[in-house]
Amino acid sequence: MSVNYGSKRIVVGAHYGLRDWIVQRATAVLMALYTLAVLVQVLLIKGPIDYPSWAGIFAPQWMKFLTFSMIVALAWHAWVGVRDIWMDYIKPVWLRLSLLVFTIVWLVGCAGWAIEVLWRL
Amino acid sequence: MTSQPTPTRSRTEFRNINALSDLPSYRLPLAGWVSILHRISGALIFFLLPLVVWTFDLSVSSEYSHARLSAVFSQGALGLPGAIFKLLALALIWAFLHHLIAGLRHLVMDAAHAVTKEFGRNSALLTLVLSLLTTVLLGAKLFNLY
Repeated sequence: MSVNYGSKRIVVGAHYGLRDWIVQRATAVLMALYTLAVLVQVLLIKGPIDYPSWAGIFAPQWMKFLTFSMIVALAWHAWVGVRDIWMDYIKPVWLRLSLLVFTIVWLVGCAGWAIEVLWRL
Repeated sequence: MTSQPTPTRSRTEFRNINALSDLPSYRLPLAGWVSILHRISGALIFFLLPLVVWTFDLSVSSEYSHARLSAVFSQGALGLPGAIFKLLALALIWAFLHHLIAGLRHLVMDAAHAVTKEFGRNSALLTLVLSLLTTVLLGAKLFNLY
């Protein structure tokens, strides 16, 4: 196989981007299904949606399992999308790099916080 | 690199130095609107993500925090009426719904190879109608209209 890792990694040309393209689609489908699952559970609540019935949706371990996967999916999906925005509009490299780093920090922070909320239940 | 033949006449160059005056004068087709709103809604969710996480945090952490959250929407906070926070929530709801439906449109285009101009226009119209309709429905629920 050719040497195409590290400093010799090819970042332009054909097939680069396929992984991210698929990841965006796959995570989108997963998140849509998860949204449906939560929506169905909300609609099945009898009576007013109060705290016990709402928080009770996210309490079972299998829901925590799915929600955790969704948080990771959202972070990756958002990363691909926002990275594309910066790549499209920000020409100066120093500014683009700073914004990319900010994006990662933002997403990692939000993901960590959401996971903490989930496991406090 | 292959060598290029010497041009017989110079090509006109287009530079977006008049972007602010030119861009608003372009007529964007429906599919174009759906597309740029897809990007804008995604960016909106991205920037408001900590707010979303915080709202989820308050809603599931305890009975007390849940009640505090409800109070923000009914009585307001920071000297602002509750309606302002409901409007903010509605903006997020729209962003999510539009992003979701426009995204599903992308998936349909990918799966069915639906790349005709007619499909583009019709699906764009459907996207806008569906997302605005569901936003209005959920907004009415949010503002206790039913």
